[in-house]
Amino acid sequence: MKIRIGLGSCGIAAGAKKVKQAVEQEIAAAGLDLTVQQTGCIGMCYNEPLLDIIEDNGKTYTYGHVTEQIVKTIFAEHLKNGRPVEKYLVATEKPNDFLSGQVRVALRNCGIIDPEQIDDYTDRGGYQALKQAISMSDLKVIEEIKISGLRGRGGAGFPTWFKWNAARQNKGDIKYIVCNADEGDPGAFMDRSVLEGDPHSVLEGMAIAGYAIGAAEGIIYARAEYPLAIHRVQIAIDQAREKGYLGEHIFGSDFNFNIRIKQGAGAFVCGEETALIASLEGERGMPRLKPPFPAQYGYWGKPTNINNVETLANVPWIIQQGGQAFAAMGTEKSKGTKVFALAGKIKRGGLVEVPMGLSLKEVIYEIGGGIKQDKKFKAVQMGGPSGGCIPEQLLNTPVDYDSIMNTGAIMGSGGMVVMDETTCMVDVARFFLDFTQKESCGKCVQCRLGTKRMLEILERICQGQGQPGDIELLEEIALKVKEGSLCGLGQSAPNPVLTTLKYFKAEYEAHINQKKCPAAQCKALITYRIDPDKCKGCGLCAKKCPVGCIGGDKKQPHVIHQDQCIKCGNCLETCPPKFKAVTVE
Amino acid sequence: MGCCSEEKIKVEKEKQEKADLSLLGEVLAEYKGQAGSLVTVLQKAQDLYGYLPTAVLRHIAKELEVKAAKVYGVATFYTQFRLKPVGKYVILLCQGTACHVNGSERIETAICQELKIKPGETTPDGLITLTNVACLGCCSLAPVMMINGQAYGPLTPDRALDIIKDLYKQEKELKEGGE
Repeated sequence: MKIRIGLGSCGIAAGAKKVKQAVEQEIAAAGLDLTVQQTGCIGMCYNEPLLDIIEDNGKTYTYGHVTEQIVKTIFAEHLKNGRPVEKYLVATEKPNDFLSGQVRVALRNCGIIDPEQIDDYTDRGGYQALKQAISMSDLKVIEEIKISGLRGRGGAGFPTWFKWNAARQNKGDIKYIVCNADEGDPGAFMDRSVLEGDPHSVLEGMAIAGYAIGAAEGIIYARAEYPLAIHRVQIAIDQAREKGYLGEHIFGSDFNFNIRIKQGAGAFVCGEETALIASLEGERGMPRLKPPFPAQYGYWGKPTNINNVETLANVPWIIQQGGQAFAAMGTEKSKGTKVFALAGKIKRGGLVEVPMGLSLKEVIYEIGGGIKQDKKFKAVQMGGPSGGCIPEQLLNTPVDYDSIMNTGAIMGSGGMVVMDETTCMVDVARFFLDFTQKESCGKCVQCRLGTKRMLEILERICQGQGQPGDIELLEEIALKVKEGSLCGLGQSAPNPVLTTLKYFKAEYEAHINQKKCPAAQCKALITYRIDPDKCKGCGLCAKKCPVGCIGGDKKQPHVIHQDQCIKCGNCLETCPPKFKAVTVE
Repeated sequence: MGCCSEEKIKVEKEKQEKADLSLLGEVLAEYKGQAGSLVTVLQKAQDLYGYLPTAVLRHIAKELEVKAAKVYGVATFYTQFRLKPVGKYVILLCQGTACHVNGSERIETAICQELKIKPGETTPDGLITLTNVACLGCCSLAPVMMINGQAYGPLTPDRALDIIKDLYKQEKELKEGGE
């Protein structure tokens, strides 16, 4: 019997380290001979911390929302008496709804292996794909990737084989493989989970890519905000080197390959290839004109191939199972599976991997369980600051590169943030423009100034100072920013505004013309009131009000003094549900 | 010329000159002559000093033989780098999309009111710095904050304040224990 605990960033934040301590204490106290294995994220973030009991026959019981107290119960009931504690179980042999709709390729080992033990990885066939690739010709490797139809998972969806082939064809004694792990989209955490949960699959993917293009050095450009991921990748590199999967004469061949980590320093624009290269070279991460493409002129002027984490994690699977097996999944133009980070107002938030072509509805409702508190779905944001908001009427859209593009959003790296009726779409557009405006590197005037002007207009609208003509002006600037920007950041920065204008124009008009925020989110446009007929004068709201602007005698209806109200919403939240005396409009 | 701000700059400068530059010796020895190492050197310097004092930036420029303007340009380009000292505890308050739609703004308001500082500022006692960040990647626990590497979520204004109160309590105990 074995105990497995999910120690990804999410798990740790939810208290998994305390759970591990409690488990170890219980084992010591009972004098049991049990292994405790740590693992990465299985994706059920909504149930963290997670604890698996794996019986000798392989039967697995997964407990969710585990606390130190629950650990005690599990030990007393399940381990001692052999009776699983039903009420805390979230999955058993029969997978739950969240897991059953998934097909795991990139995430095949996440939440199963200990990412800090290379043997766990090799036991599941790890590094066999590299061995196989080295026995093939470089062209044959690229051909296999071509058959698989794998496209870049970082956002743009460019065919991976094409990039590899371009870098292979460019002559040069030195070439580089770069893994883009600068996952900057707010609302996306796929790459973090892969790096934390299965770092070797990325290293193996890089080594295979290195073999295919003729590179001997790989660099992982990772976000400094992901300390745990960096820690685990470094351990993985050291272990792989020790075992000879990295280094000189890999598998007895002439192929040499080494990998090092370079920490990013926080700049969204560095997701763009040429900006990333500038950053690797110690410069400000500013993009340059293409061509020449990195495949011709990249890191230090050498042919460089840049792939995203998830793309690389797919590669070993494709080499082992064959390109056909990968291409058998998905749609005609979007093959294979895609990992999504489900977040926002969703019941079962977490990491999911599904075959391309599943509808948004299936992902959100069948896997994600629908909207929190069963509120009304309003939109799903895809593609982060470069993407857009997809409305309810388009929920049947299949999730593939082209269909999502047709809605005005983009597939992006896989962030799916679900929004409900209480989310203001103008505020969402403002939120993203605030982000892109801060992250614009400043090189192109249209992007630098255009995003700033758009943000100002959106801020005005949210503050109730919108004017007739604002919508047209937004559209005009959006077009100019798209046309006049060199890189993807500027070219896509207006997307959140354009999609919300396209699908939620009425909300903009309500803000501008009626000075109302239909979702009751924009502080300047809302008022909190206490219904004197419903208020029993319990005084809870007055106690909770941070500025003390609620007055009233005991057991008498209270009143909010509007001139002092900061609209924090505490009163609405505190008012006992049996009274429901506070309203907002 | 000769205005009070100049005086201020001078005082500030003197204060910063006190940064012990010898701490950097090892880092510079390792990376000197290595092309493209500026970002890494700045990261290591920030680990050593907690922030990047002007004197340190100048010293790095001199030692790596790059223009001071370039060092300053790189240091101000990336959000990771700080040119001002930070508190013992740095709160990274996530303002990612998932946190935003789940009410991160209310958390921010509550923390700001409690600590009487704005995002980017440090409490007068030098204990806590509040910084807004774009995304910590713990979206399913939204809203989230991270304090010195430890993530907390899902937060409510009350829970965030409790965590901060715990920090103060912990500090008090440390102080008393030390005496």
